[in-house]
Amino acid sequence: MKRARVAFAGAVHEATPGATEASIRLADGRVIAGDSAVWLTPVEPGTIIALGLNYADHAKELAFKAQDVPLAFLKSPSSLIGHRGQTRRPADATFMHYECELAVVIGKPARRVARAEALAHVAGYTIANDYAIRDYLENWYRPNLRVKNRDGGTVLGPWLVDAADLPWPPQLELHTSVNGRIVQRGNTRDLVFDIAFLIEYLSGFMTLAPGDVILTGTPEGVIDVAVGDEVVCAIEGIGSLANTIVGDAVFGR
Amino acid sequence: MARGDELIFDVAPYRLSGNVYGVLMNHRAALAALGDAVHQPPYKAPPQSAVLYIKPRNSLVLPGQPVLVDEAVRELEVGAALGVVIGRTACAVSASDALACIAGYVIVADFSVPHEAFFRPAIRFKARDASCVIGANVVARAAITDADALGVRVFVDARLAQRSSTAGTFRGAAQLVSDVSEFMTLSPGDVLMTGVAPGAPRVGAGAAVAIEIDGLGRLEMRVRDAAPGGAA
Repeated sequence: MKRARVAFAGAVHEATPGATEASIRLADGRVIAGDSAVWLTPVEPGTIIALGLNYADHAKELAFKAQDVPLAFLKSPSSLIGHRGQTRRPADATFMHYECELAVVIGKPARRVARAEALAHVAGYTIANDYAIRDYLENWYRPNLRVKNRDGGTVLGPWLVDAADLPWPPQLELHTSVNGRIVQRGNTRDLVFDIAFLIEYLSGFMTLAPGDVILTGTPEGVIDVAVGDEVVCAIEGIGSLANTIVGDAVFGR
Repeated sequence: MARGDELIFDVAPYRLSGNVYGVLMNHRAALAALGDAVHQPPYKAPPQSAVLYIKPRNSLVLPGQPVLVDEAVRELEVGAALGVVIGRTACAVSASDALACIAGYVIVADFSVPHEAFFRPAIRFKARDASCVIGANVVARAAITDADALGVRVFVDARLAQRSSTAGTFRGAAQLVSDVSEFMTLSPGDVLMTGVAPGAPRVGAGAAVAIEIDGLGRLEMRVRDAAPGGAA
C-alpha cells in the first residue's frame, strides 16, 4: 500500500494513489488532482539518520575510500519539506547538489537488533533528496549541519510504501533527473552497508523508534544545480519525488 | 513523562520541542587544548562556522531518570552545558534580534563517549540512549543578566570535579542563535547548548553527578549500567 499526507481544502489528509497517475484519493473519499494538494512528508519523522559515502562509486567520485564503519550523521525535522517543495540555493554557493536516497522508515522499536531480524522493524520506504552545499564543508564533524541540515534541504516523499510490498532486501533502480535529463543512476543493491546492517549497527547504540528514518546514501552522479531547476528523484516501486531550486529573493534575502 | 515511545517534556513554563542541539569547540580553551593539531590534517584549519550536533530523542532523559552506560563504553564524559531555550521562531535573525527569540535557559547534562577525533560526525559517541539530561526548570531570560558569564560547576560523588564558565566562547548565546538561524530555523521549545568547557570529568556506572550553573540552580543525576540489574 502507498500512502501520502497532503494538505487540501483546509485540512491535512491521508491520501492514496487515484485511478490515474495524476489523481489521488483522500481518506474521506474525495478524488483530486495531485497537483492541487500540498504534499507533506509522508511520515512525521522522529530521528533522521543519514549515511554518507554508502555507495562505493560515489565515495570514489568524492575521492574517499570506503569506510570500515558507516559514516552516519543526524538531521533534524527542521530541514524537511515534502514533494514539490522549494529548496533555497544561497547566492554564494558554487556547488549545491541533490542526493537521491532510499529512505527506510522504522515501524517497531529497535534496540540491539540482529541483522537477521531487521526487516521486522521496517514499516516501509520512501524517497529522500538530501541536498548538500559543498562550499560550506569543513573538516569538523564533516559533513556538518550547515551543509546537511539546512531549512528545506531534505525533501521526503511523496509516498510511504509498505515494507511488505517490496522485496527484501530491496534491490531497486534509482535515478535523478534535472529538468528532465537523467544525471544520476544507481541501484540499492550496491549499498556498502545494507539496510539490515545499518539497523543492526545503529540499534546497537541508539534505540530506533517508529517514525525514525534512515537515509541510506546516494550513488555517483552529483552535479551542481541552479536556481529554477526542477529536480526529480525516482526509485523503482516507490515513485518520483520532485522539487524546485529557488533563489534568495524568494525568501526575502 | 513518557508516552509510548515519545518523550514529552512538559516543562513549566515552556514546553520543549525535543529538538536539542549542541556545539563543539565553542569554548576557546577547548579548541586551544588541541594545539597545533587544529592546523594539521584532517582538520587543516580551525572551524569557521558553528560545529553543531544533534542529541536525538533516544538520548533524552527526564530529570530523575538515570543516565545509561554499557559495557562497551564504561566511561562517559560529563558535558555541562547552558541550554538556550527558544521562545520565538528564529530564522535569519541578527545577533541583536536573537536575544528576543530566547525564552530562557536550562541546565543540560550532555554525556558522550570520550573521543579524540572530530573529523567525522560522532553519533556513536554522542547519540547513545539516555545520554542527555535536560533540567526541569527553564529560567526566564529576564532573570539572567548575562548568559555568557555564568559559573558552571560539576560534582561527581559530591566532590567538585570541574569548575568552568559560559564565558570565553567564540559565540555567546545570542550570537550562536543568530549564526545557526542563518541556515536552520529554530522553533519555540528547541534547545541549543552553548558548548562544553575542556576538561570534562569522566564517570562510570554508579556515579552521582550534579551540575550547577549560576542563576539556574542544580541538576542531579545517577549513572547506571544499561544491563538489567547493572550497577546503580
